[in-house]
Amino acid sequence: MSKSVGKSVVRVDAYEKATGRAKYMDDLCGREALVAKICHSTIAHGFVKSIDTAEAENIPGVVRVLTCFDVPDLPFPTAGHPWSTDPGHQDVADRLLLNRHVRYYGDDVAVVIAENEVAAAQAVRALKVEYEELPFVLDVQKAMEPDAPQIHDEFPGNVLKHTDIRKGNYEEARKEPGLIKVEGWYDTPTVQHCHIENHGCFAYMEAGRVVVVSSTQIPHIVRRVVGQALGLPWGKVRIIKPYIGGGFGNKQDALYEPLCAWCSTQVGGRLVKLECAREETFVSNRVRHAIRTHIISYVRPDGTLVARKFEAFSNQGAYASHGHGVVAKGMGAFPQLYPCDNLECDCWTVFTNRPAAGAMRGYGIPQAMFAGESHIDDICKAIGMAPLEFRRKNLMPVGYVDGFSKNELYTDTFNQCLEKGMAAIDYQRKVVEYQNQTGPIRKGIGLAMFWYNTAVWPISLESSSCRMVLNQDGSLQFQTGETEIGQGCDTAYSQMVADAVGIPVEDVHVVSSQDTDVTPFGTGAYASRQTYVGSFAIQQTATALRERILNIAHEQTRMPVSNLDLVDGQIVRKTDGRVLKSLGDLATECLYSLEHSQHITAETTAQIKTNAYSFGCSFAEVEVDIPMCKVKLLNIINVHDCGRLINPALAEAQVHGGMSMAIGYGLSEELKFDEKTGKPLNNNLLDYKLSTFMDHPTLQAEFVENAEPTSPFGTKALGEPPACSPAPAIRNAILNATGVAIDCCPITPHVLYRKFKEAGLIAD
Amino acid sequence: MYDMKALYQAKDVADAVALRLAHPEAHIIAGGSDVLVQMREGKRAGVELISIQGLNELRGVSLEEDGTLRIGSLTSFSHITRDPLIQQYINVLGEAVDQVGGPQIRNIGTIGGNTCNGVTSADSASTLHAWDAIVELTGPNGVRRQPIHDFYIKAGKVDIREGEIQTAILIPKESYENTFGHYIKYAMRNAMDIATLGTSVNVRLSADKKTVERARVAFGVAGPVPLRAKTAEAVAAGKPASMELAEAFSQAVKEDINPRDSWRAAKDFRMHIAVESAKRAFIESVRLAGGEL
Repeated sequence: MSKSVGKSVVRVDAYEKATGRAKYMDDLCGREALVAKICHSTIAHGFVKSIDTAEAENIPGVVRVLTCFDVPDLPFPTAGHPWSTDPGHQDVADRLLLNRHVRYYGDDVAVVIAENEVAAAQAVRALKVEYEELPFVLDVQKAMEPDAPQIHDEFPGNVLKHTDIRKGNYEEARKEPGLIKVEGWYDTPTVQHCHIENHGCFAYMEAGRVVVVSSTQIPHIVRRVVGQALGLPWGKVRIIKPYIGGGFGNKQDALYEPLCAWCSTQVGGRLVKLECAREETFVSNRVRHAIRTHIISYVRPDGTLVARKFEAFSNQGAYASHGHGVVAKGMGAFPQLYPCDNLECDCWTVFTNRPAAGAMRGYGIPQAMFAGESHIDDICKAIGMAPLEFRRKNLMPVGYVDGFSKNELYTDTFNQCLEKGMAAIDYQRKVVEYQNQTGPIRKGIGLAMFWYNTAVWPISLESSSCRMVLNQDGSLQFQTGETEIGQGCDTAYSQMVADAVGIPVEDVHVVSSQDTDVTPFGTGAYASRQTYVGSFAIQQTATALRERILNIAHEQTRMPVSNLDLVDGQIVRKTDGRVLKSLGDLATECLYSLEHSQHITAETTAQIKTNAYSFGCSFAEVEVDIPMCKVKLLNIINVHDCGRLINPALAEAQVHGGMSMAIGYGLSEELKFDEKTGKPLNNNLLDYKLSTFMDHPTLQAEFVENAEPTSPFGTKALGEPPACSPAPAIRNAILNATGVAIDCCPITPHVLYRKFKEAGLIAD
Repeated sequence: MYDMKALYQAKDVADAVALRLAHPEAHIIAGGSDVLVQMREGKRAGVELISIQGLNELRGVSLEEDGTLRIGSLTSFSHITRDPLIQQYINVLGEAVDQVGGPQIRNIGTIGGNTCNGVTSADSASTLHAWDAIVELTGPNGVRRQPIHDFYIKAGKVDIREGEIQTAILIPKESYENTFGHYIKYAMRNAMDIATLGTSVNVRLSADKKTVERARVAFGVAGPVPLRAKTAEAVAAGKPASMELAEAFSQAVKEDINPRDSWRAAKDFRMHIAVESAKRAFIESVRLAGGEL
């Protein structure tokens, strides 16, 4: 049997995407579409007193101007979480389609619908918005102060949520004589996903229903949110997700689908398109939470962790979106990665007048790893222990089981990953070579680990549904609610389906587009769960389909089912290995049978009540030009144990992309705000320093393949993990090169200038 | 879709001048890499445009009879970088404009547009200042030539008068003869960026390569317009080339420059980078000129 899983088969969408034939939202939109353009607030906090629309309405081509005074009073949540039927676990419904209470600079106050982009832009500029301004707050800890501006009435003190973890007795344990106290504050920035295709959607009405075609990761969730926002029964909403140009979590929120759908309903169901400009994507979509983390560790001189305190303050921005789950996930990693008997951990998610933070690749773990892994090297520096030795002593041991998720570390993954990475970068030799450097240009090497939970169980619903429909030629269509967003899951699915059913991979036709009217229910692309959760539904549905096929084979060949098998698209008699007929012949005969014609299909939902740890590490080598305050990344290597690789080439590409994002996170990317007005300063791709490939060395991906026992295909997370550990590895390499411990990312020349001056490395 | 009131396409320089007189409010568009971006942002929304894109006589690099190097205003960055005359006489200019944006921008962006924008961060501007370039403008009264230093009036404003268009950038022979220079673009990433600070240094050494006969240095983003550091130039002139001189030269630039505090970079940081860049560019220029330090 020719197995497909484990081979680097070509992406199922490669040809369409490389030739430009793949149809994205804008390619599908009718040219007659009206254009909707949003008027964003020019204050960070306050109330809209009035909007004078007269001039805008008189501009030729303007069809309709709608303001925050026109929208239905139906607050809705936007997070791309599965809905909870328990009101206590539902996402916070703090959004209106347009807002009179403006909570960040860039909030949505009005929308113009016009016949073309130029008229729409002119009309937005012609709107006269009068505000009653209120004080605003951008800093997460300032927002917790008693006299801070209050952003949501329902959340006095601006705290969306606080959770904690307690273990042992921190206060008592830290009294042990001889302990060394290491304390640090670590800041991570507000960054944006910068997927290549900005979010956009178009909406129209058909037969009394609203249809929205959107660049989203989560069509079935968006259907629910549009229904909630417009007060429509959910069945009156249909969402179609075509190919999309990336999402990275930004499109794991309902973004402008509700507003666009509502616009269409306000112009008689005409086709309305709403596309974000890049400047809007930065500010008025979602960003990654900036998190400030405070860690105190009490350590014995031999490197034993005795007591640890962890506090994280997560900047939620103006609206709840994904909310507390992000920092809570980061905190959850802390006691697990380096187990310690005495812990006090707290985290707070706090509203501020910044853009709303949502999901972004890593969901709290890039922040937690930057803080945690920087702190580990700070401990090593304080006690004079080698970073590698400390980690080997303290990392999660083999056999560790997390009480909540029941995740288990089955194999010696950490040491295997470390060994592989060390060999690839020649770690031990360079550690020795880079000791005691002087001079303006110095080299350094650093490492960082990461911890990652593949999926969301047991916090949230985890199920996956799929459908397989057999064709006359023995090929089949495969449909699932889990979405292709560029990560390559359609290809991985085609490989798993081929092996699970017993047909060649080229006979699997993946239906890439999701349409809530026809696609099986599924919650879409998020976490790092697509391949993992999809694999359960594929295995289960393939089993059901095979059973049907073999029963039909029995009807057609008179052989008992127990003697039959489906191998590589052929019905085989197991007893002697004879090929009785091809699957195509079986299907054709079955579909056109005058006696018993049947549609051959299978469709099931798998309940996934397991989760899986995904682990690995990064090694970085830098050259620091001290007088120029510049870091040149010489080498970077990620090592991952994501279980068995379904498609090695795609896995490598996934790692490269994550490393690239993490390099920007570590060295250059940050969305900045004017302290005086709250205005975003660099919401464009020139001033926001997304790293380019000229800023990267060759990105190297290595894998350790310990098959994950809970998954039918031995697979687990790889989507987000690559973005988790490179930034602290770079930070630790800079520490190794210069002796300077940087307490924030991105580590820009501005930061280095300040820190090198403090350290006396440069003098003016 | 651009918010454009009208587009007038000039057939030749005379036609461009006539269009400028007929439509004094209209903006000139060449490669469009700045104008179209600003129209999209709404800053130049609804404007009339005069396109000089078709004026091929303004493209290319040549030597005039007196040895002046003539760079047509519509010459693209990528053509400048690859031009043999540029490579022979003022290679640093080709290297500087090869650091603008990315390949596509360098294919459409022109040196005329880069200077007429009047922005201090333009990658060509500091080198043109450091080499005493002359700007040629053609208007209703014929050709007018002006030192580039005088061409820049203030941030975003250059001296283009009624009916004029810029037709060439000229480098006099006396400026480029036996002269070697180096440009350091200090930016936050290695491509697709504007300069946090641009530093262009050039030197002419004595015949024995021991003495600095002339050193010139200009900065971008060290003030509202590109500027020369004359104090530093005076420090170096006539002195033996040495590491000590490089240090003294670079420290002296602090007398002449005035970078500002902005959210893009702090004043003290820019000042620090200016000194370090001046030193490194000076050392590299001396090396290119055949000197030893």
